[in-house]
Amino acid sequence: MTDRVSWRLPLLAITIALAGLVPQPARAEAEPGIQTADQTAAPQPPQSPANVTAIDRPDDAGDGIIVKWTLSKDDLKEVAEGKTRKVVRYEILRKEAAEEKFTLAGEATFQKDAFVDPDCDRTKSYLYQVVAIEHADSKSVAVQSTEAITPILQYWDTRRTWFLVILVLICGAVILFIQLAKSGVSLKVRKIAGLEAVEEAVGRATEMGRSCLFIPGILDINDMQTVAGITVLSRVAGLAAEYDAMLEVPTSRSLVMTTARETVQAAFLGAGRPDAYNEDNIYYLTDEQFGYVAGVTGTMVRDKPAACFYMGAFFAESLILAETGNSIGAIQIAGTAMPSQLPFFVAACDYTLIGEEFFAASAYLSGEPHQLASLKGQDVGKVIGGVLIVVGCLVASAAGLLGGDDNLAHSIVSFLTDNVLGDKGFLP
Amino acid sequence: MKRTVPLAIAAVTGFVLIVSYFIPYTQSWGEEAMIWFDILAAVAFVLGGGNLLKTHLQKISNRRAGWGFSIVTISAFLITLYIGFSKMGVNPAEKFPEFSWSGDYLTESGGFGWIYHHIYLPLAATMFSLLAFYIASAAFRAFRAKNTEALILLGTAFIVLFGRTHAGIYVSQPVVDWLTAISGAEAGSLAGLRLDRITSTITSIFVLAGNRAITIGIALGIVSLSLKVLLGVDRSYLGSEE
Repeated sequence: MTDRVSWRLPLLAITIALAGLVPQPARAEAEPGIQTADQTAAPQPPQSPANVTAIDRPDDAGDGIIVKWTLSKDDLKEVAEGKTRKVVRYEILRKEAAEEKFTLAGEATFQKDAFVDPDCDRTKSYLYQVVAIEHADSKSVAVQSTEAITPILQYWDTRRTWFLVILVLICGAVILFIQLAKSGVSLKVRKIAGLEAVEEAVGRATEMGRSCLFIPGILDINDMQTVAGITVLSRVAGLAAEYDAMLEVPTSRSLVMTTARETVQAAFLGAGRPDAYNEDNIYYLTDEQFGYVAGVTGTMVRDKPAACFYMGAFFAESLILAETGNSIGAIQIAGTAMPSQLPFFVAACDYTLIGEEFFAASAYLSGEPHQLASLKGQDVGKVIGGVLIVVGCLVASAAGLLGGDDNLAHSIVSFLTDNVLGDKGFLP
Repeated sequence: MKRTVPLAIAAVTGFVLIVSYFIPYTQSWGEEAMIWFDILAAVAFVLGGGNLLKTHLQKISNRRAGWGFSIVTISAFLITLYIGFSKMGVNPAEKFPEFSWSGDYLTESGGFGWIYHHIYLPLAATMFSLLAFYIASAAFRAFRAKNTEALILLGTAFIVLFGRTHAGIYVSQPVVDWLTAISGAEAGSLAGLRLDRITSTITSIFVLAGNRAITIGIALGIVSLSLKVLLGVDRSYLGSEE
């Protein structure tokens, strides 16, 4: 026994010594020509996606195709820490049915199983291939859609049908009430304090011998708030002409300046005071938001206007303007449809036209029955909105009490939120 | 004629935009109408620039109050215009290295970019920072407890302001714990009384409801005014016929 151990020990020592001389895998990597078992096996490309289909994109002008596929089996939702993704992206290749070669139409990231090709021609048919990509040298086999697809032109965007229904109801109501007013039916409109004060403000400026400052917001004439502001300017200018008060209108857009000039000139003409109109009082400052603020507040501090009107779209400058106006003791009337700026105007101005009141200002100040009638049409819209809210609340409460998602109440809620109010209705 | 042509343009463009929203085939028409507006607005900038020069030159000429600022304005305007058009200091583009002006005029290395980053932005930031002081002065005036409504406003503002800070949680948590202890309620059942939770309730329920009501009113107002403009019922923005 002892003898057998004695000759095996030196043999073990020699084996260990020789093992130390054998090249280690790490060293083998550094030495060309020597490969480990891992390296001899070629890296496997990711598995292909499956079930590639192409369908026409609905509700479009025949220029879109949706390509769908089943994710590659190597496209995992979560990857273990320290590991890299086997599928990083998918390449979507396209060819016209008559063509030979596929070309790249677009890419989708991992875990995406659809792609919209937005650049199609409705007179051509297309075939698609989808390839799973790990990196440039590791791509799956391309999988092709089974049949060619031709995009179809839709003549109607069905997602917006409910929006149109509600729009037609409201517009119909507005037109109906305008026609009623024209036929002599008298309609009652509640008093709006902010608009009642316009005359008082212009009168006060006249008495004090100081100017009126009208600021039509900082957006261009393609914004509806600016248009609403200009229509109010028309009435304010008419009053200024009547009272012989000076009206100053600094603008931040060239087109607003030219529109304001036309409007004020017409108002002075309408008031029988064309001679009092001075186009230099309506001037352009700058398109830049805070440059405009600096210019307007400078005018306020230097000229100390007695009345300041802020009618249009405002952003962060609203409070700077209104507080400066407040500090010089001007009577201030603001109107905007920017909900985030309304609290600032309410805090700093004497009167604030909130949202719809601002859009009603022109009709209200004109005093013309057919214009006032349009406000009644808006009320119909409010009734529709109110009914939808009440029905929605009741049905949603009932759905909550009944539980589950297969009852009638739940179906009604889903229909209302998905079709009337959701992405097929007001929020397409 | 002077009002009819603009009215016709407004009506046609407006109806094209409406139609393009519902009929996919006409979507590009609406996009083109908006491109036309952009072109028009860009050209109209010449009017604005000309008016700026005229206004300030008149002010200097008449030595009206603050005419010195007009010199600064005109100088800044002309210098910026010259540097912008001449692309002063712009690095040439890779494609055309032989042309010194071929690079993008907005790069920071260029004179125009330098003016934007080192003069315009600090000045704009200065004006914007004034807002902090104005918020304080407006809040002071708005939150004076003159009547019941103002008192409710003050209380709500206090809760929301305090509830948005860490101090709000630290101060209200012991009060909630104390209330839980004396009422014998289950632990955590009164957590809704913490200031941050009350703030969240106020903003996500009361404020949101009010905001939506205003938004619905605004949407209806826009529909009504748009319709009046498109149908020519309200022409006050078009000037006079004469």
